[in-house]
Amino acid sequence: MAPSLKSGEVNLGTTIMAVVYDGGVIIGADSRTTTGSYIANRVTDKLTKIHDRIYCCRSGSAADTQAVADIVHYYTQMYQVQHNAAPTTQVVASLFRELCYSNRNNLMAGIIVAGWDERVGPSVYSIPLGGSIHKQAYAIGGSGSSYIYGYCDANYKDHMNREEAIDFVKKAIALAMSRDGSSGGTIRLAVITEGGVERMFVPGNQLPTFYEG
Amino acid sequence: MSSVNFKSTRATQAATPITHSGGPVVTGTSVLGIKYKDGVMLAADCLASYGSLARFRDVDRLQPVGEHTVVGASGDIGDFQYVQDLLEKSMIHEFYTADGHALATPHIYSYLSRLMYQRRSQMNPLWNSYLVGGLNDSGEPFLGYIDLIGTTYQSSTIATGFGAYLAQPILRKAVEGRENEITEEEAIKIIDDCMRVLFYRDARSLNKFRRAKVTKEGVTVTEPYSLTTEWGFAENIIGYGA
Amino acid sequence: MTSIGTGYDLSVSTYSPDGRLFQVEYAGKAVDNSGTAIGLRVKDGVVLAVEKLTQSKMLVPGSNLRIQAADRHIGIATSGLLADTKHIVNRVRDEARSYRDIYGIPIPAKVMAERLGLYVQAYTSYSSVRPFGCSTLIGMVDEDGPQLYMVEPSGNFWGYHACAVGKGKQVARTELEKLKLADMTARQAIKEATRVIYTAHDEAKDKEFELELTWISDETNGRFERVPKELVAEAEAYAAESLSAEMDDDE
Repeated sequence: MAPSLKSGEVNLGTTIMAVVYDGGVIIGADSRTTTGSYIANRVTDKLTKIHDRIYCCRSGSAADTQAVADIVHYYTQMYQVQHNAAPTTQVVASLFRELCYSNRNNLMAGIIVAGWDERVGPSVYSIPLGGSIHKQAYAIGGSGSSYIYGYCDANYKDHMNREEAIDFVKKAIALAMSRDGSSGGTIRLAVITEGGVERMFVPGNQLPTFYEG
Repeated sequence: MSSVNFKSTRATQAATPITHSGGPVVTGTSVLGIKYKDGVMLAADCLASYGSLARFRDVDRLQPVGEHTVVGASGDIGDFQYVQDLLEKSMIHEFYTADGHALATPHIYSYLSRLMYQRRSQMNPLWNSYLVGGLNDSGEPFLGYIDLIGTTYQSSTIATGFGAYLAQPILRKAVEGRENEITEEEAIKIIDDCMRVLFYRDARSLNKFRRAKVTKEGVTVTEPYSLTTEWGFAENIIGYGA
Repeated sequence: MTSIGTGYDLSVSTYSPDGRLFQVEYAGKAVDNSGTAIGLRVKDGVVLAVEKLTQSKMLVPGSNLRIQAADRHIGIATSGLLADTKHIVNRVRDEARSYRDIYGIPIPAKVMAERLGLYVQAYTSYSSVRPFGCSTLIGMVDEDGPQLYMVEPSGNFWGYHACAVGKGKQVARTELEKLKLADMTARQAIKEATRVIYTAHDEAKDKEFELELTWISDETNGRFERVPKELVAEAEAYAAESLSAEMDDDE
């Protein structure tokens, strides 16, 4: 039995996603935060910077995931000064894993770690509720993700280029937002490459549309 | 204000029972193991489920430990990864101790069983069933089972999870009394036939497996492979018999 | 030793008027009395070798190891007080383990050298402890390739292409400087290391010694290993040959 939200706790209902493509990684998220069925924030930013080229996408309890992200952020800063080098995405994912696993009975945190590093280039790790860690070519998470497994499996391709990957993430999140009441608002995206991070935004009135019958 | 909160907090606590442990979250299904002429063979599929969702489809649940042991896990994958880390730590400790002693299968089995019993006694079990396969001190095949409450037993055929119901009877019929006759080729057939049954009847399974064998030569784990399946007969089954 | 009797060498937490810490320097003397230890960092690995002076013929060969593993990819060669070296090796092992626990990957050489240096330095700062009477060679292969560091009793440490400590360090350093380390394989370095140890050995003062030889290389898959018997025999034959050739030259 996984931990559940306490009454009144703020939930990142959420659709989050990360995809490796040739040269980088795209991350994306919706922007809805709910308490029950009330939208506490319709413009949330669930893409959280951990290090220069490493981000995490947060789902589950807002409080828990912020606390964990803050701790890992602190660890990576210490890592930077002690090693005089940026941590790899793998190291950052291991830090998340350790915190999520050792507190699994008290946390509601489903996290995707994505980034670019000198050692392996772009990579994506998924850390779901039980505190396990899974390296993946692409990862989806949050309540909305269950509605788009089929879409993603059908449309994911190895070695996509930047535009293909952005398009893939954008459409997948839009589809999840349209079916999941706990996901919605806008789509936030970030492209992480050797050159840095470029953040992008799709307003709620300019989302890709599909069959609406 | 604070007294009101105090009361409501008390009420909430009374309604919520104290729990010591959650449950399995991301899970792997059955692991099978048999003894045969040259050693031990284990198999598991590559699926990690999240409830009924087939969430991760390239998970390795067969872990070689040292030269002559494989540990196969079913149940919670997070707990399995934790155990993998512990075993890795033990192997490093054993490596640098450099006293000419190696951790052999019975030692790893004993260590895992004590770990599992300790955790259940702390009311915080590791949510797994494990198969430990390898060779004992005299080089004979070794196959043992450990579960989340610390139960242990050894046998020439063992299956965890759904496999205990679906595969174990088949394994027993094929293996018991013939442990020293079964060739590697036959062992593969027995295991694959059971994995096929599990794929047909276990709703948390996947047609993508890994197989491990432990012999005197050491451990080998196959790359993921699929089995042929038979569905043609279904075409003529029409209606439900009314 | 002009310092003796001045009182400034009694505590490690007291400087002499010219700014020296005599206890730390004395710790260095403990290292100088010990059998030679050398390390060679070459293109595909690291070789560590030690001249282990045999205290007694009754000792079991292979006991009192002076080169030990601290992780799969870490070899530690020590020179100095044996009991101190054991404590150091334990510390290195603890650091290697804790790094793995936190970051989930093997510790890099630079980080290990820094952490051990910091630890050793702390023992030069308090009057209640004495500095370690040993120097430590850390030979590792990490993600950036082969690495060799030496940590001294002061806590100072540097990265090396090759280094030597102990009784024969001067002779050994002279020999090591002649080698083209960057072009050498670990397999070749084993032979040279053996030759250097035999060259540095002072037969007049110390009779018996046991050669400890270890390597980490591509050939060992980046793992610390003792050099196999056949290779040791080969290296010893090579060393004996070049030593006798040298003797002939001298005549």
